[in-house]
Amino acid sequence: MEYFLQQLINGLTLGAIYGLIAIGYTMVYGIIGMINFAHGEIYMIGAFISLISIMLLESLAGGSVIVALFVVLIVAMILTSLYGWALERIAYRPLRSSPRLAALISAIGMSIALGNYIQLTQGARNKTLQPIVQGNLELMKRDDGFTVVLSYMQIGIIVTTIVLMAAFSLMIAKTSLGRAQRACEQDRTMASLLGVNVDRTISLTFVMGAALAAVAGFLVVLYYGVIDFYIGFLAGIKAFTAAVLGGIGSIPGAMLGGLLIGLIEAFWSGYFSIEYKDVAAFAILVLVLIFRPTGLLGRPEVEKV
Amino acid sequence: MPSTGNGTQASILPDSGHRRLPPGAIFKEAGLTAVVSLALLVPFVGFKIANRGGEQFLETRLPEVLIAAGLIFLGRIFLILVREGSLALPVAGGAVISAIGLFAPIPSAFIQAVAFTAGLVIIVRAAFMVFAARRRSSTGREFGSGFADGYRKALPWLASALIVFAVILPLMPFGERRTIDIAILVLTYIMLGWGLNIVVGLAGLLDLGYVAFYAVGAYSYALLASYFDFSFWVCLPLAGLFAGFFGIILGFPVLRLRGDYLAIVTLGFGEMIRVILLNWVSLTKGPDGVSGIPRPSFFGLEFKRYPAEGTESFHQFFGLDYSSLHRVVFLYYLILILALITNFFTRRIRTLPIGRAWEALREDEIACRSLGINPRNTKLSAFAIGAMFGGFAGAFFATRQGFVSPESFTFLESAIILAIVVLGGMGSQMGVVIAAVVLIGLPEYIRDLQEYRMLAFGAGMVLIMSWRPRGLLSQRDPTISLARAEGKTS
Repeated sequence: MEYFLQQLINGLTLGAIYGLIAIGYTMVYGIIGMINFAHGEIYMIGAFISLISIMLLESLAGGSVIVALFVVLIVAMILTSLYGWALERIAYRPLRSSPRLAALISAIGMSIALGNYIQLTQGARNKTLQPIVQGNLELMKRDDGFTVVLSYMQIGIIVTTIVLMAAFSLMIAKTSLGRAQRACEQDRTMASLLGVNVDRTISLTFVMGAALAAVAGFLVVLYYGVIDFYIGFLAGIKAFTAAVLGGIGSIPGAMLGGLLIGLIEAFWSGYFSIEYKDVAAFAILVLVLIFRPTGLLGRPEVEKV
Repeated sequence: MPSTGNGTQASILPDSGHRRLPPGAIFKEAGLTAVVSLALLVPFVGFKIANRGGEQFLETRLPEVLIAAGLIFLGRIFLILVREGSLALPVAGGAVISAIGLFAPIPSAFIQAVAFTAGLVIIVRAAFMVFAARRRSSTGREFGSGFADGYRKALPWLASALIVFAVILPLMPFGERRTIDIAILVLTYIMLGWGLNIVVGLAGLLDLGYVAFYAVGAYSYALLASYFDFSFWVCLPLAGLFAGFFGIILGFPVLRLRGDYLAIVTLGFGEMIRVILLNWVSLTKGPDGVSGIPRPSFFGLEFKRYPAEGTESFHQFFGLDYSSLHRVVFLYYLILILALITNFFTRRIRTLPIGRAWEALREDEIACRSLGINPRNTKLSAFAIGAMFGGFAGAFFATRQGFVSPESFTFLESAIILAIVVLGGMGSQMGVVIAAVVLIGLPEYIRDLQEYRMLAFGAGMVLIMSWRPRGLLSQRDPTISLARAEGKTS
């Protein structure tokens, strides 16, 4: 029971991070119907920018930790968003009216180039960060000494994710930008005829996805304390799997899928074998897709002749 | 990095060649680009997380950022000038930027390399714009249409010439060891590209995990050879069979899915196979890989200087002096033949009912179903046949390297093979050849830029796609179509 609880906590934390990245995939897919293959790299860039800003602030010293972290988060979100925006300008906008595969390939190219850019400018070694947020709550103690621990960092991750999710859902539901996004999702031509600036809306979608990925990168730097230029690939695949699992195009679905993937990974590595945790995540994906081809919360695809 | 700065400029081509922007507007646009790229570059070019003696600290490189932003500003101005239709200034500017990259004492090799290539890109771009504009004004046709017609006529000649060239390549004076090695690599990718072309180009199924079948082929040969001492020639068909069998197993549950769902599941399968190869240590030796894979023999003749007792070696049998080149040349012809078989098979099967069914399925699945084509079996056959060729290529890879490890079968490989198919123009056999030469051969030749290879590779994929979104040689038209009013069949 205690072990189960601990894995649950770990899984939820991991799942929250996957969920944040998955939203970027699902939003871009929703609005332009394409996989943003470079999104994993955007998350990696967010993590690097966070680490660099933390180190920069550390060397300048002073101020309270909370304020400093908040500044870092904002900086990372802004700069990473800029990367998201540039990505859309370079790899997607020129290909808006081209075959879908063309955009997929240019996104894969972008992902390779961005990964290599970070490798070249930052070096291939692991970058580490001493834990900044320390301390934890002991929830339960088993007789043999095993304690269920909920660290402040984990609380921070889950709370941040919940707050962002709430803010985000509200934005999609209530603001004019959210309306424009939903309009573009349904019919881009019609939306533009009705005065929605489609280019701007798509750009902003990429920007928002990148900002959330930056938050995920920021949290990962603080949580694990180790990053390298390659983390974007696996996290990207997992998050995309999460988005598909939840039903791509659906934002609650992305969150649900992220949590499920996180939980599957945590429980699989807790109870079975840590080596095959990636296989488990994909196997569940395949099983879900066989029985629900459009994901858990996805709308069934209507076949039109 | 060139980005299209102005928000309203949706297309790359100018709508009218003669509208001149005032210099102020040009500077404003270029300035904006420079500011944005400054913000993009500062975190990564400006700072480096360096590591010395186990301690991690930040290294600042601010001059580099300023130089880079300045170069981007210049480059952007020249790109705008190209768009506005001038030629001389951008070409000169591109040359200057390249020269700066080559000779100026910039403290970062990274910026030097990027500046050099960026200058070249500007020159090429200017040349193309002018070429396209001339072409348009003289023939009144869109650039590329005349090219496509001419290409279709020249194709048989081009193909034969290429095959002849490939056959005599090892005999040519420049056919030294390194060239042949690169040619073998390129041919392996061509074969993989042709194999994947069946799945993606003909049947229209987006497969992001093709490398799984390549891995299955390589490992089946490696394991059969090391556990049962099977020879290459026995294993080659077996490897193809296994890979095809895997194609069916993997394909069966997922072919109901469409488009991107299929893509992610195939990607997942590709990763699963790699993770299994990595972790099933008792069978595959895990991350260490399988080594000592036997080399192929030429009808029982080994390529060894000193053959085992009682056997004869290739050079002894033919009375030649021993040369290590023999085996390389033999491998070269082997992959050439395998690749040509793939090509021949694909070209023939396109005209058979099954090939027609693939193309029809790609165009409209519902129509196919109502015409009595079984989509599941048709897709499965495409999957299995594509996988089979991947397996052949894998067995060849294993025998050529003498060593396989899961390292060689990452997603990047799948992405590269898919990029070859899509860049070449989906469904086009010749396109695959050209794309493989451009993507694999060129970077191999410029080994000096080793570190920048993947950067150039990725950027090249983006550039080629935005330049020709349908691929270098697009051939999406079905192999056969109903005769039009002009009585033209293609």
